[in-house]
Amino acid sequence: MSRYISFHDFDWVLLIFVLLICGLGVMEIHSATEHTKFAGAHVKQVYWIVGGLFGMFAMSLINYQMLLERVHWIYLAAIASLMMVLIFGQKYLGARRWIKMPGGGHFQPSEWVKLILILAVAKYFADLHQKDLSWPDFFKAGLMVGFPMLMVLAQPDLGTALTYLPIAMMGIFLGGVRFKQAFIVVLAGALLMPLAWHGLKPYQRSRLTSFMNPEADSQGSGYQVNQSLIAVGSGGIWGSSQGSQTHLAFLPVPQTDFIFAAFAEEHGFVGALGVMLLYFVVLMRLTQNAQTAPDRAGTFVVMGVVAVLSFHILVNIGMVVGFMPVTGIPLPLMSYGGSSVLFMFLALGIVMNVRMRRFVN
Amino acid sequence: MFGRDEKVSSVRLTAVQYIILVVFLFLAYGLWRLQVVQSEFYSAAAEKNMIREVPILAPRGKILDREGRVIVDNYPSFTALLLRDSSRNISADADLIAKGLHIDAKEVRDRVRRFASTPQFRPIYLKEDITPDELAFVESHHNELPELDTIMAHRRLYPRNGFMAHVIGYVGEVSEDMLNQPQWELYNPGDVVGKSGVELQYNNILMGKNGSRQVVVNSHGKEMGQQKEEKPAEAGKQLKLTIDVDLQIAAEQALDGRNGAIVALDPRTGEILAMVSRPTYDPNNFAVRIKKDEWSKLVNDDDHPLLNKAIQAQLAPGSVFKIIMATAGLQEGIAQHMKVTCNGGASFYGRYFKCWVVAEHRVHGVVDISKAIYQSCDVFFYTLAEKLGIERIARYAAMFGLGQKTGVDLPQEVSGIMPSEQWKIRNFKQKWYVGETISVGIGQGAVAVTPIQLARAIGAIASGGVLRRPHITNPTDLPPNVIPASASSDEAKVSIDPKNWEIITDAMANVVNPGGTAALSHLQGIDFAGKTGSAQTISNALKAKLGAMGKTKFKDNGWFAGVEPRRNPEIVVCALLEEGEHGYLAARTAAQVIKAYVEKQRRTPSKMAQGHGKVEIGAVWNAADADGDEALRGGRFVMEIQARHAPLAMAAPGFN
Repeated sequence: MSRYISFHDFDWVLLIFVLLICGLGVMEIHSATEHTKFAGAHVKQVYWIVGGLFGMFAMSLINYQMLLERVHWIYLAAIASLMMVLIFGQKYLGARRWIKMPGGGHFQPSEWVKLILILAVAKYFADLHQKDLSWPDFFKAGLMVGFPMLMVLAQPDLGTALTYLPIAMMGIFLGGVRFKQAFIVVLAGALLMPLAWHGLKPYQRSRLTSFMNPEADSQGSGYQVNQSLIAVGSGGIWGSSQGSQTHLAFLPVPQTDFIFAAFAEEHGFVGALGVMLLYFVVLMRLTQNAQTAPDRAGTFVVMGVVAVLSFHILVNIGMVVGFMPVTGIPLPLMSYGGSSVLFMFLALGIVMNVRMRRFVN
Repeated sequence: MFGRDEKVSSVRLTAVQYIILVVFLFLAYGLWRLQVVQSEFYSAAAEKNMIREVPILAPRGKILDREGRVIVDNYPSFTALLLRDSSRNISADADLIAKGLHIDAKEVRDRVRRFASTPQFRPIYLKEDITPDELAFVESHHNELPELDTIMAHRRLYPRNGFMAHVIGYVGEVSEDMLNQPQWELYNPGDVVGKSGVELQYNNILMGKNGSRQVVVNSHGKEMGQQKEEKPAEAGKQLKLTIDVDLQIAAEQALDGRNGAIVALDPRTGEILAMVSRPTYDPNNFAVRIKKDEWSKLVNDDDHPLLNKAIQAQLAPGSVFKIIMATAGLQEGIAQHMKVTCNGGASFYGRYFKCWVVAEHRVHGVVDISKAIYQSCDVFFYTLAEKLGIERIARYAAMFGLGQKTGVDLPQEVSGIMPSEQWKIRNFKQKWYVGETISVGIGQGAVAVTPIQLARAIGAIASGGVLRRPHITNPTDLPPNVIPASASSDEAKVSIDPKNWEIITDAMANVVNPGGTAALSHLQGIDFAGKTGSAQTISNALKAKLGAMGKTKFKDNGWFAGVEPRRNPEIVVCALLEEGEHGYLAARTAAQVIKAYVEKQRRTPSKMAQGHGKVEIGAVWNAADADGDEALRGGRFVMEIQARHAPLAMAAPGFN
């Protein structure tokens, strides 16, 4: 098999753009954590990126079609790992999200479950042959994503649970959902919203209300939104020389969830738009790879990655500019954090995997 | 796996690309809106976040005595506070902090919990007015306890043990009630202003103008840097009083252990040389913060320690009033021809009035005006009062300033009462009974005066009829824009015939000579003259009813007003001893002050005062510890020494 694939077909252009974004991220982490107790985080981030690159190359070597053949087993393993979190997970800040690993590390299964869901959804829709989506298929796909989603919600981790949603949506959309079906589902969702509101934790509700009206409680839960808006706004067109919001610690967690706000403050509208352009190129390049995939499954896999990535960007930057509530979703490739970096590079590994096999059959 | 080459709809893939484009345009719009459209608004908000205006506190002006000696000064006082930097676990540090500041660790934690809901950038105050070793603890633990910080404020340092407390007054935070009054409306909440005494009267001179500087702070309120703009503070101006600390010390000592008041004036100018009121309080207790129960104890004390009795006590003057009676009687041409026989009492309008002398089982016999003064014969003055009538008595008393405020530049002076026919009708809607005139003749009845009124009146009579407004500061020493508080005229003249003047002043000199009522207070070689008085606090009839209890509880007030020399005096002293029983005791008190004054005038300049130059005197003292040791904790005042005078004291007590 290996004679069919070559690193000549590796998507170097994509990789270069991805590494550019990572580089800007490392730079900003350095700037935002200088003189704080998180100083040195950028070095760790570089280690994660290097580790991610190895993971990506390794992932690209495993035939994704072989993975897809065994995806039901992997899916079951994913469910089991989520179960483990609920039972043995480390409680931290009121939520069980991590499993303590031997050697002092922490492992957050909900991240790699994302990857498995991409594969599982791809496999499921690739195997459907009808042009239009039937209701039973619709619900089966919904259940496939919905079950792990509920388990993550139970941790509770609303933000991560929501990132599973675009995987299903992308699958259903490309799988041939009819306009009528989509309309009915959206309507039903809208009717269920008040119920969902009751299911939210108080801190989640206050995040939503403060998103609607950040000034109402500018020292409480609206604080983060407000400080983020001030950071972004004071950046102006060319960026603020002082970067006071970031450097005087008014902006909360500037190295993780609010890294884009920190970046926008220091580099202004021009800089922030530049980063968005880089992300846009990456997404377009990924969609192109989806189109040239050797089979239906490959397309679904790559588009799953596109779905997750664009959703993260929408929710994170949307939060930073005040369009979205605070959900604690990081900006992929830029935000500090091992789980997020590893997920992105493994996902890219699968994309490379698909691309390298585009001429296989 | 094979045969599934049916591709995913490329229309839908393209649709996804467009959806992504729309999402990005949407986000770019968000950025544009914040960073281009509203950039200025958010820049200002960021500025507001990080720039904080910190006041630079202006020190209040010092208060000096007439020779420039320090009476009130400032000392730098530090307050320990806690910055809430999230990188520190304050609860874990609480034990160390509490140990260093000598407070309870539980209190530190309680405070942190209590202030948890206040904005994080606002520091928590831990302890006010910390001691030097506590300050050293904070300074030396900057690395271990970065959340601990101090701010400095100038606090008032007053003389110890309530020395001159009533004249000086005290300062405090301006209250909401005060801010609503027009004269305080330009002040800000939190300003420290004078609340009584000179501190209140001359607040606008003493109080400086706070400056400000802008500092860059982080989200925890920690100072990270400074902006260029700085508005320096304007220190308050110093205030020179007419008080002579040497004389003040003598007066304080003379009154020690008694309740009452002493006022010493220079009748030639109206300058107040000394003013004491007892009991007193320590205004240093107010300089930081007075506890509520301590305050209510002061307010509710029956002896009224907060009252400046020199200007706020309104009491019957007793026999001292006879000097005014004598002046009136002589000027009206009645008294010089009067010869009254005192048999221990006499009847007027159907009522028998006793002379005080019967209590000693004596009588005065034949009495003329001179003897009536130095023997203080009541019967003579009853007769004179009957002859003068209330209207003429009231007119003379009013001319000498009784029943009116003197206009001294101290707050809350009271006016006292000089009864007259109109007064009775106005206040009681009753006709004046002629019988009442008889009591007024010996300074009893409704007559009520303040010590400062009496001092001015007696000083004026001894000066040949010139009344000057008493004052505690010299108008020439004040900044030009300050208008003296009182509208009353600075000088008034009552014409007294020189012959009458001599009769009165000679008789006053005989009061302290053998045969006078205060012969024991004779000062050898000093031309001392005066008049005793003892005034009932309740009527004799009521006292008889109360029996023994009335005798002990409602003792007479003792008065003495004395001058030196007897004519055109340089000094007049009025002493009031509450429940002092006899005027001669008050005379002894006043004599001590007169003696101190004369001795100071005659003293050859001391060695120190002979040379020009500066003398250094230490200032800020720690409170006594268990062993009673006091330690100098910093602050040095340098005093200019002038050769002219011979100061006895270097400064007010507590300052040397």
